[in-house]
Amino acid sequence: MPDISFQALMAQLTIGLIGGCFYAMLSMGLAIIFGLLNIINFTHGAQFMMAAFLAWIGLTQIGPWLGYPEFQVNFWAALLIAPVLVALFGMAIERTLLRRLYHLDHLYGLLLTFGVALVMEGGFRYAFGVSGQGYEPPELLQGPVDIGFMLLPKYRLFVVAASLVLCLATWYLFERTKLGAYLRAGTENPRLLQAFGINVPVMITLTYGFGVALAGIAGVLAAPIMQVTPLMGGNLLNIVFAVVVIGGLGSILGSMVTGLALGLIEGLTKVIYPEASTVVVFVIMAGALLLRPAGLFGREV
Amino acid sequence: MSTTLRIFCLLAAAAAAVPFVPGLIYPVFVMKVMCYGLFACAFNLLLGFTGLVSFSHAAFLGSAGYVTGALMIRFGAHPLGMPAAFVLGVAAAVAVGFAIGGLAIRRRGIYFAMITLALSQIVYFLAVQFRWTGGEDGLQGIPRGSLFGLDLTSDTTMYYVTLALFAAGFLFVYRVVHSPFGQILQAVRDNEARATSLGYDTDRFKLLAFVLSAGVAGYAGALKALVFQLVSLNDVSLHTSTEVVLMTLLGGVGTIFGPLLGAALVVGLQNYLATIGDLVTVVIGLIFIVCVSFFRRGVVGEVLHLVRRRAERPSEAAPERAEPAHRAPIPTVPAPEKAVQA
Amino acid sequence: MRARLIGNALGLALSALAVTAPRAAEVSDGVVKVGILNDLSGIYSDFTGRGSAVAAQIAIDEMGGKVLGSPVELVAADHQNKPDIAANLAREWFDQGRVDMIADFPTSSTALAVMEIAKQKNRVTMLSAGVAMAAINEKCSALNAQWMVNTYALAAGTAKALLKAGKKSWYFVTADYTFGHSLEKDASAVVEAEGGKVLGVSRHPFPGGDFSSFMLKAQASGAQVIALANAGSDTVNAVKQAAEYGIGRSEKQVIAPLLTYITDVKSLGLAKAQDMYLTEAFYWDYDERSRAFAETYFAKMKRMPSASQAAVYSAVLSYLKAIQAAGTDEAGAVMAKLRTMTIDDAVIRNGRLRADGALVHDLLLLQVKKPAESKRDWDFYNVRAVLKGEDVFPKPSDACPLNAKG
Repeated sequence: MPDISFQALMAQLTIGLIGGCFYAMLSMGLAIIFGLLNIINFTHGAQFMMAAFLAWIGLTQIGPWLGYPEFQVNFWAALLIAPVLVALFGMAIERTLLRRLYHLDHLYGLLLTFGVALVMEGGFRYAFGVSGQGYEPPELLQGPVDIGFMLLPKYRLFVVAASLVLCLATWYLFERTKLGAYLRAGTENPRLLQAFGINVPVMITLTYGFGVALAGIAGVLAAPIMQVTPLMGGNLLNIVFAVVVIGGLGSILGSMVTGLALGLIEGLTKVIYPEASTVVVFVIMAGALLLRPAGLFGREV
Repeated sequence: MSTTLRIFCLLAAAAAAVPFVPGLIYPVFVMKVMCYGLFACAFNLLLGFTGLVSFSHAAFLGSAGYVTGALMIRFGAHPLGMPAAFVLGVAAAVAVGFAIGGLAIRRRGIYFAMITLALSQIVYFLAVQFRWTGGEDGLQGIPRGSLFGLDLTSDTTMYYVTLALFAAGFLFVYRVVHSPFGQILQAVRDNEARATSLGYDTDRFKLLAFVLSAGVAGYAGALKALVFQLVSLNDVSLHTSTEVVLMTLLGGVGTIFGPLLGAALVVGLQNYLATIGDLVTVVIGLIFIVCVSFFRRGVVGEVLHLVRRRAERPSEAAPERAEPAHRAPIPTVPAPEKAVQA
Repeated sequence: MRARLIGNALGLALSALAVTAPRAAEVSDGVVKVGILNDLSGIYSDFTGRGSAVAAQIAIDEMGGKVLGSPVELVAADHQNKPDIAANLAREWFDQGRVDMIADFPTSSTALAVMEIAKQKNRVTMLSAGVAMAAINEKCSALNAQWMVNTYALAAGTAKALLKAGKKSWYFVTADYTFGHSLEKDASAVVEAEGGKVLGVSRHPFPGGDFSSFMLKAQASGAQVIALANAGSDTVNAVKQAAEYGIGRSEKQVIAPLLTYITDVKSLGLAKAQDMYLTEAFYWDYDERSRAFAETYFAKMKRMPSASQAAVYSAVLSYLKAIQAAGTDEAGAVMAKLRTMTIDDAVIRNGRLRADGALVHDLLLLQVKKPAESKRDWDFYNVRAVLKGEDVFPKPSDACPLNAKG
């Protein structure tokens, strides 16, 4: 309520920032995929969940499955391997299913990815139940650290740092390198790019894989914070959709900034009127649309 | 009388006979199909005939259901309670449709869909928060009241009233599609720029279509509330919004009977899957994938396509229409109605 | 009862069928059919789901598969947490499937919807997983029994026990919907009645993702008890994230989840859940009888039963015994018989079914073991107290017309 100390406010904002990091990573992946493929990736949440599950399987299940109970894939290895596996799975879907729909309306891509998400969620639920699994942060990052106004778990600090680095690197890759220039050119005029000798279909597949990998990294990072359940991604995805609409689809910087900002606003709402902390995102979205229909960072389509 | 209407009369006659053979088809099942069928028709009016994708149709279905239900619980005993509650329910859906449509219409294509999705989340939030909606308990035991002195308590009476209301709703949609207004909508769908250059205020037409579709969805919602005597959060959930997409897609986007068949298939499937349990979501997901990948015309669309091909053979082998990249309008079924009309 | 054309036509059709089959005089249509309606594929499937049907089958087997000489059959279906699917299935089961009783219902909206239909069709419902207060208050039905527990009893059980232990100041982290509100309201009432104080409340959206914000506020309030008025993944995430911040790890401040199933503790792990206080209707390792039932169940499911799965067993068993004793399966007569019986089986102890449908029975106050104390998988709780039914269940409410009559 209003009579809250400065310290407590800072603490709440910090927590909001952590949430914002996840929004930023997820909405960035969505924006990248939308930018080149022109589809809304409804599978994003399920891919996020899948990576978290893979991390958990690596840590607790794979040893017994292989017959070496002490064998484990630790957090750091999972942070590399799980996103790659999820990206490969995503690319397989892109090659076999999504590819067939590019000449059609966006709607079909959206519905297809929605169907894939249902299958994935249902499959994981069938295999591992719905209550979810716990995942411990790596030993190095256990325990809290004093950051002046609060005791923050080390792991959360790591999440903020890692996701900010990831987001900035992605932004740099897409906006400031030659590869990024090709990708953006592919959005504008794929035929011309093909004429320059670039294999556009492969580029599309890789881009999709990259966007999915971002969701995968977010998923592994989330595993120690949230309970690993088949529904963990779906719940998050609705909010992330609102984030991309506010930021403007297809704007990488926009989705990153909006993601972080909305995390902070959500954190603030949790202090003032917690009941509305989810819906506030949608209200902001409605407001943003009234003021700037193209999204805060978007161009009119 | 056109072929479409003849088929519809046949279907209605068959539906009217159902209560006489209760062992064959369960009448309550048919009522459910009629409610969802109308709901899907409303959605199809927007997707199939205007080219707009909405993920907010549950918000219309549910808000009408809640208003009708809540009013019936309070004033159901009044002789005019049922018609009044029904009309006010539809009015609520129209109002919600106007609010959501008015905002969403500012953007096109996929943005439009995302905005409807996000705004329907606000409706869901409100349904959880309000007292009169019963929160997650929902509303139960909604009295059916009476319509012009006809007591609706009996399932059989309700069945025929539902059939009549359903027929009225269906014919209304049919009428709209074939009116000059409907022709303009289809022109907007096929080529918005051209429609604009012909002097039509396309945004106004799209909003009108959206509100109309919301109204019909609300009509289905109000009816559903009376038939099942309950309304719940599920009726305003995103899940229901995607279900209606599935129904329309499965039956055939842009066809008149497709949504009805789709609704019957999905409702039947849900009943069937209920007994096998466990893998419901996986099966529904697979159907989505198969429909989108291999079966975009839907059942009715596919049949019409075959009929048309046979008619056109052998002169043309009806090649797949080349779609312009990315910005192609939604229906891949080119105006199938013309093929049916005698 | 209202005359229904369909009903009559159906009745005719069914009796025509029944004549051909050999039938016991007292059992309508020659078979007693039990339906289990719950969530097989969604968020409640772990503590109900297939396990509930297995538990029901154990009860039927215990009766030898027969009652009054007629066979007992079991049907189970997934209501997918949608009330209209639940209502439809129930109608169809009652009208065409010859089902006499339906049990389980993990969501209140499905429970209330089916109760309404059962009332119309003169059949029995037993809410073994449904905990909503509405079922025994304004929506109560003479043909319904809330077999496991309700939100009041859970809240009151935990609150009373902790107050007795001297924990007087409370902070609530509440899921912002009817269920959460009702847990919070009932627990606060008990806290205030027994001289405790509620220092604050945080209401979070459902489902909530990150609870650290709420848990930190709760911690800062200095309350001795942080009560979680939510359930399922919300509870699990709240506890998990509290552990991250080291909240609730001292004697000065404890976390008390008001509705927790053993499946939640399993998913959290003892390291995070240790020392929490909670109330449940059943714990498999309570005594000889409960263990015997649990082992039978374990052999079939490879998991221990949750309280609601165990309650299905008890509900079906008691229902069949009541038919036996009443000599008929007519809903009203069976319920009347049930109300005269004292329920005492592997799951429910000292149970007495009230007019409004509340089953008043002993509950268990449990504390989660420390990892070192646990000797095997599913060895999760220390039983701290047996809570007498009269002390924790709510007084009959005037909102239920059945109470006013008596």
